[in-house]
Amino acid sequence: MSAIDMMGPPQKSGSVLGWLRRNLFSSIGNTVLTVIAAYLLWLTVPPLLNFAIFDAVWTGDTREACLGEGKGACWPLVWANFDQFIYGRYPASEIWRVNIVFALGFIALVPMLIPSAPAKRFNVILLLVVYPLIALVLLAGDRPGLPPVPTSEWGGLLVTLVVAVTGIVVSLPLGIVLALGRRSSMPAIRMLSIIFIEFWRGVPLVTVLFMASVMLPLFLPEGLSPDNLLRCLVGVALFSSAYMAEVVRGGLQAIPAGQYEAARAAGLSYWQTMGLVVLPQALRHVIPGIVNTFIGLFKDTTLVLIVGIFDILGQVRAQLSDPNWTVPQGALTGYLFAGIVFWIFCFGMSQYSNFMERRLNAGRGR
Amino acid sequence: MRNPVAALLLGILIGAGGLYFMLPYDAAAVLSGRAEVAVSAGGAVPDVDRAGAGETLQRIKRRGFLHCGVSQGLAGFSSPDERGRWSGIDVDYCRAIAAAIFGDGEKVRFRPLSAKDRFTALQSGEVDILSRNTTWTMSRDTQLGFDFAGVIYYDGQAFMVRKDSGITNARQLAGATICTQTGTTTELNLADYFRGRGLEYRVLSFEKNDEAISAYDQGRCDGYTTDASGLYAERLKMQRPEDNIVLPEIISKEPLGPVVRQGDPQWADIARWTLSALLNAEELGITSENIEEMRESENPLVRRLLGAEGSYGASVGLGPDWVIDIVRAVGNYGEIFERNVGVDTPLGIERGLNALWTDGGVMYAPPIR
Repeated sequence: MSAIDMMGPPQKSGSVLGWLRRNLFSSIGNTVLTVIAAYLLWLTVPPLLNFAIFDAVWTGDTREACLGEGKGACWPLVWANFDQFIYGRYPASEIWRVNIVFALGFIALVPMLIPSAPAKRFNVILLLVVYPLIALVLLAGDRPGLPPVPTSEWGGLLVTLVVAVTGIVVSLPLGIVLALGRRSSMPAIRMLSIIFIEFWRGVPLVTVLFMASVMLPLFLPEGLSPDNLLRCLVGVALFSSAYMAEVVRGGLQAIPAGQYEAARAAGLSYWQTMGLVVLPQALRHVIPGIVNTFIGLFKDTTLVLIVGIFDILGQVRAQLSDPNWTVPQGALTGYLFAGIVFWIFCFGMSQYSNFMERRLNAGRGR
Repeated sequence: MRNPVAALLLGILIGAGGLYFMLPYDAAAVLSGRAEVAVSAGGAVPDVDRAGAGETLQRIKRRGFLHCGVSQGLAGFSSPDERGRWSGIDVDYCRAIAAAIFGDGEKVRFRPLSAKDRFTALQSGEVDILSRNTTWTMSRDTQLGFDFAGVIYYDGQAFMVRKDSGITNARQLAGATICTQTGTTTELNLADYFRGRGLEYRVLSFEKNDEAISAYDQGRCDGYTTDASGLYAERLKMQRPEDNIVLPEIISKEPLGPVVRQGDPQWADIARWTLSALLNAEELGITSENIEEMRESENPLVRRLLGAEGSYGASVGLGPDWVIDIVRAVGNYGEIFERNVGVDTPLGIERGLNALWTDGGVMYAPPIR
């Protein structure tokens, strides 16, 4: 008999049972794991759905609507405080300015993310130069027709996005420069880059924010002390730049020396070598790492709470202390809402990075 | 530049450069707020450390508003409502000071502070006054360089038990399991109380207050302890608030009061006498409703308080109508109490120790004369 005769008939593919057997019950070990996983899902998912959807209170004007036995999430609490969660204490009459900033950001960002959209170079300048200026003027105000809104009034998702976007936009270029500096052959630049990176990686972000917010005014006369949110922005940007530098350096080290040598042999200058040959390859390698840092940064923005700035999580916690909306399930509802918002942004970023990876690696897919 | 990635990088660099050149200008002009720029442009800004008599008031007047440090959310003391407006006893006290200075209780900006950074924020001048349910103790008063302006709320640690347990006073808690939050003085006070009376007890400590309260709510402990004002707020988070009672015993003294930096006696006087004015107004029956009629009063005590006789406002650098402005803005102490924590609010706290001395409490303000 030949080996081919020994094989059984091919498994039926496409049927549910066949799929189950192949993927979930292919061995005793896998069967046990499947059963355990199913049991854990059974333990957690139905209660969560019951709490969040089926038993939840969806309408109501006061806390009384959410009181009573067996009631789930108190969504009226979220509806009532929704403006606080999104805009913080931004004056109600000026909220249209925040909305315009959100809308403009969306309009400028979407064509940037679609690879086939035209005029990328124009779009980049629009998104990274024009848009921040417009956003700053609109949000801070103090221009004709725009009354000033001090940053102490900003809050909620607005602050989360301002901190995260600033951190992301500043940390990538600064991180690339630092990574190149750390691999530079010039000793002074290399030392400075190493000192900068290791200093910022060595201190916790909480410490940075606390120093920036509370200790800085001790060293400066009052008139000089910059705005509290601005201090946090600078702290977060420098902090994430150090992490970004190490991610980019990992990509640079993955480029074979032959690439550098070939580029130099072709007569390219240092910046041409880096810009045209090395960085395009290196950055493609480290897209997962870069996006990982972005996501970490996005979630780290909640730490601005310790310096008295309310991001969305801080705003949720603050609103929970309002006795007019204190209900037994209030904390769970608030945190669930904050969790959903964070998940939407972080999942969106990670999905986009997957898409870019596939697209950039189309030529070398395996 | 045919490579799109290179173009992207260049764009990012240009963008970062644009941000860099823009921020130093705008940081001063836009982000730090117009009023403070006016201060720096005017020069002659004193250092916080060198703030002598009257400097704090001067600085606040030039800035145009008061910086007030409050908690990051404590029901009844300082919490933002659904329109984002801060409310609570601590908040109203700051509005009273703003009213005394500017005649407008809204000229105040609240800075939410955590328990950890509240003292640093006051020391560094980030806030002018700390009105953040801070217990007045000797060490804080003497070692940190602060002055307490008085007591705005007499708090103290107390117990909550289930009504059906039949427990009506703290001595019956012998052998009970008590839930509390770890790492605060509540644990210490608890141990002192039971050891001092030779009673057995078990303590179940949790890192987060929400965990402690839900453990109690699920019946893992017989009692729950924290400051009395907090007990009423926590009770609202229970499945059945009405099935739980707060025991009458108070096992620790927690006099909460506003705090100012040492070194500016005039500012400390303003803080102290604003509080006294609120209490004296209640004692004399002056409310936000009858303030206009009270201005015509013949009672010499009322006339002095409202500035019709004497110049008590001027002696602390304020206008003659300072108390009128205060009462118009926030009412008297009793009104503040009832509006934020009183029996008609969800918290439902009785006046108790915080009643005036004439009503059996210990709220006793020195007279304004």
